[in-house]
Amino acid sequence: MADLNAKIPSGPLTGKWTQYKNHQNLVNPANKRKLDVIIVGTGLAGASAAASLGEMGFNVKIFCYQDSPRRAHSIAAQGGINAAKNYPNDGDNIYRLFYDTIKGGDYRSRESNVYRLAEVSNNIIDQCVAQGVPFAREYGGSLENRSFGGAQVSRTFFARGQTGQQLLLGAYSALSRQLKMGTVKLFNRHEMLELVIVDGKARGIIARDLVTGKLERHFGHAVVIATGGYGNVFYLSTNAMGSNVSACWQVFKKGAWFANPCFTQIHPTCIPVHGDYQSKLTLMSESLRNDGRIWVPKNKEDAEKHRKGLIKAKDIREEDRDYYLERRYPAYGNLVPRDVASRAAKERCDAGYGVGSTGLAVFLDFEESIKRLGRHVIEERYGNLFQMYEKIVDENPYENPMMIYPAVHYTMGGIWVDYELMTTIPGLYALGEANYSDHGANRLGASALMQGLADGYFVLPYTIQNYLSGEIRIPRMSTDKNEFVEAENTVRERINKLMSVKGTKSVDHFHKELGKIMWEFVGMGRNEAGLKKAIELIRALRTEFWKDVRITGGIEELNPELEKASRVADFLEMGELLALDALNRNESCGGHFREEYQTNEGECLRNDQDFMYVAAWEFLKEGEFKLNKEPLKYEEIEVKQRIYK
Amino acid sequence: MNSSFLHFSSITKKVWMALLGLFLMVFLVVHLGINLCLLRDDGGRWFRDAAHFMGTNYIIKVFEVILFGGFILHVLIGIILQIKNWFSRPVRYKISNKTTTPFLSKYMIYTGAIVLTFLIIHLFNFYFIKYGWVTSPVSPLEGGEPDFAAVARSLFGQPVYSAIYIVLIICLGFHLYHAFQSGFQTLGLDHKTYTPYITGFGIFYSIVIPLGFIIIPIYFLI
Amino acid sequence: MKLTLKIWKQQDAHSKGKFVTYSLDSISPNCSFLEMLDILNEQLIRKNEEPVAFDHDCREGICGTCSLYINGRPHGPDDAITTCQLHMRKFKDGDTIIIEPWRAKPFPVVKDLIVDRAAFDKIIQEGGYISVNTGGAAEANQILVSKVNAELSMDAAACIGCGACVAACKNASAMLFVSAKVSHFALLPQGKIEAKDRVKKMVAMMDQLGFGNCTNTYACEAECPKLISRSNIARMNREFICAKVS
Repeated sequence: MADLNAKIPSGPLTGKWTQYKNHQNLVNPANKRKLDVIIVGTGLAGASAAASLGEMGFNVKIFCYQDSPRRAHSIAAQGGINAAKNYPNDGDNIYRLFYDTIKGGDYRSRESNVYRLAEVSNNIIDQCVAQGVPFAREYGGSLENRSFGGAQVSRTFFARGQTGQQLLLGAYSALSRQLKMGTVKLFNRHEMLELVIVDGKARGIIARDLVTGKLERHFGHAVVIATGGYGNVFYLSTNAMGSNVSACWQVFKKGAWFANPCFTQIHPTCIPVHGDYQSKLTLMSESLRNDGRIWVPKNKEDAEKHRKGLIKAKDIREEDRDYYLERRYPAYGNLVPRDVASRAAKERCDAGYGVGSTGLAVFLDFEESIKRLGRHVIEERYGNLFQMYEKIVDENPYENPMMIYPAVHYTMGGIWVDYELMTTIPGLYALGEANYSDHGANRLGASALMQGLADGYFVLPYTIQNYLSGEIRIPRMSTDKNEFVEAENTVRERINKLMSVKGTKSVDHFHKELGKIMWEFVGMGRNEAGLKKAIELIRALRTEFWKDVRITGGIEELNPELEKASRVADFLEMGELLALDALNRNESCGGHFREEYQTNEGECLRNDQDFMYVAAWEFLKEGEFKLNKEPLKYEEIEVKQRIYK
Repeated sequence: MNSSFLHFSSITKKVWMALLGLFLMVFLVVHLGINLCLLRDDGGRWFRDAAHFMGTNYIIKVFEVILFGGFILHVLIGIILQIKNWFSRPVRYKISNKTTTPFLSKYMIYTGAIVLTFLIIHLFNFYFIKYGWVTSPVSPLEGGEPDFAAVARSLFGQPVYSAIYIVLIICLGFHLYHAFQSGFQTLGLDHKTYTPYITGFGIFYSIVIPLGFIIIPIYFLI
Repeated sequence: MKLTLKIWKQQDAHSKGKFVTYSLDSISPNCSFLEMLDILNEQLIRKNEEPVAFDHDCREGICGTCSLYINGRPHGPDDAITTCQLHMRKFKDGDTIIIEPWRAKPFPVVKDLIVDRAAFDKIIQEGGYISVNTGGAAEANQILVSKVNAELSMDAAACIGCGACVAACKNASAMLFVSAKVSHFALLPQGKIEAKDRVKKMVAMMDQLGFGNCTNTYACEAECPKLISRSNIARMNREFICAKVS
């Protein structure tokens, strides 16, 4: 079995990446043509990696379950992308971006990876501008920046409230160019269902054509997973309906290790839940916290009245408002990191100050900014977000403050990778949200886009060569090989098993039930008893699922119910691991808040003595996982308590 | 010509459509100018002189060919484009489209077809007389030239004819209503300051020109 | 709310489709349109009938996957939104709602309400990019871009590629989609270098795929969830003419 050698280059932190590039092995152009790379996922990480590898001359096959690569969920990222350009001259540099990211991650990420991320951040902006990404500009024509949570500098580049969309379209356009050139081949409406391992190395995948329902075998000298996070294990999240953990879970079951699954990010500014039938939570960009002030009523009676619909927010006088973030964290105010803001909202609501019909909401108020800057400025900055809010809630946010509540948004945990982004299976890589490497226990705003593109444009194209240079003597394998046939049979059996249950309850029913368990016991606040209960409940639900799920339709056809069932089956296993990891981590840090471990003021109480490690879980058999630890060593950074006061 | 047009790109065809359409709109102004001469109470002398000039001047003769060629092309390309458009949606919607679009913009091919019908009638009534393909309902002038003023007077004297004429001219107005601004759009002549003026002028044109034409039969009826 | 739904059902691309009528009861007006369909599907599954297949993913109006033609309008009876952002409060109790897939020759039906929009990807592959390889890009602030042009470019780049423009157009023309991409690049100095080639190739592919011709009815603009302006079409025409005559 693989060991946890992160393969971090030697030397001082600032020189590691250069050092690596100076000494890594390369593949010559003639050999690149002979090497196939499979990439699963067409989000920022997948599309940028495919485009870059295609440009270099590798043969790339890229897969997505969507109808077009442009629809991957990276497209929904709103706020922006960080880079240490220091254009506003506010004292930013690579070290500060690195430092903020480590601190924001509550000292649970790997120093060398994060430093490299900060190092290449500037190249990303250069690359995207060259691709024609229409970033916001100053009147003089230079790029504009704005501030974001967890930083005291303005380093976030943005394209209105659609930065993710524009960056993804940039990567998609680069990918399209390669598709035209024939270096990359696209398999849209295809879902990866199994990893093929030959002689201990990742050599291909089994994919299902979602239109015909047929299983296909694909060979690659290396396989790259860029399939995003597992937030949908909570059912309600800001993820797309199709976002799933399946690719990660399959490789996990084949020997890749899963790191820090309990590190999930709850985003503070989402539109509150409004009904049972709800399928999705909508995020309101964090950038809103730049100009919006968050508050709840000071008096419980006012909150009570608002819940009953007797008064409006405007009726509550200024002195009766509790701007609790500004009160508790005067230094960062409304711009505290996401985990802090989310917990503070939950704390107020749990204490009875929540507003809205459910009492699970706080106000995000723009009244003062509109007075200060004028409505047109607010409109220019956030127009599309305000419009979105009004369409969903049917209330005008220019006149009444928005109501928001935290929701599951991002998962910092993911497949364990080393410095080269290789998993514990040789030849298998994980990029973007699918890996765990850069965000520790909490991700700062505008860092996900940065990481996805860093991995795809500037890290993997180098590091994968180090591996592939050793594979040039391996000819393309026939997919009639035993390993492929067996993998396909495994998938076929699994699908047949699902279809043969013929129970009474829909897939969505199980997914919703799982979501409820996860949100209640493994959500924003976790404790030992709750987590233990969650594991029991998940196991029971899983058993019930395999006895009572009903999947309509057939196998060899387009069948959305079957697709969902296969994903939910994986979530039902994954949820257990998430709870188990949360139970194991007897500390509070970042997005992981264990109620037993908090300061008197309700802040996270980290335990660096016992938990300064990456929990990398190894699959033994269903419901049985082995914990491996990668100790985290901080050489350049002094580990402190995260204070945003 | 037909087949080579098929191979032009959609935008090329449309650019021709627009150029020719705008050219025809210029012609309409000239035509209206001559028609309005009928309103002068001089026994049709101005009108006859103008008709004589139009019928004999060599430069006008050249333009006549261009005009007819242009018109035929405008119709032909219109039909070619329309056929492709019909084929681009082989399975139609059950509920026809409810999207709000500018007045009658969706019916250009139909208003166009009406204008074409009108034109053919019009050619029979006037133009073909000049070439003797159709016998004039009234006796020719001295020197053998047809007396178009008298032809007009006799036709517009019939209320049914005038009514049909007015209805068809209104259809021409509908066609023009969308055409002017649409032509500029196709030629890419779009500007945030000037486009509203172009649109405004197009509306003005599409009301004033048909009105001008309609005044004449009304004048003769009253 | 009580509703009657008439939905297009079609087993696959080669089968004949037909409308099937369903009725639904007690739907909350705060429910989104797709959640209403979820409820319908849940009921169908309970009855062991096959649910209605429809395309959807992000459910926040940005991925461009959802694509329903509702009562004669792409994305239904509200402006500037996608189907997933449509809420049932836009309908009345007792309404009959007719749901059809996008109809256009280049968008064949895959199943029920799902269509294949790969044609859009093909158009982009013809030139909807700036030919720049990873690495070696110049410093981002080296080429300045006027704020006005950057904003106009962003207006055009906001296209989500849902295909509502094609669905709404009486000619099934893709001009708004193609022009949005052409404009996005034509307005930036980085995109100017390949501008002529780009517009010619993209238009040629658009024609070849069987999209109709633009007749300037602006139905596309009226139905665009991202309010992409018709002026992009004018700009593309301009770019095209310049590319052809120079």
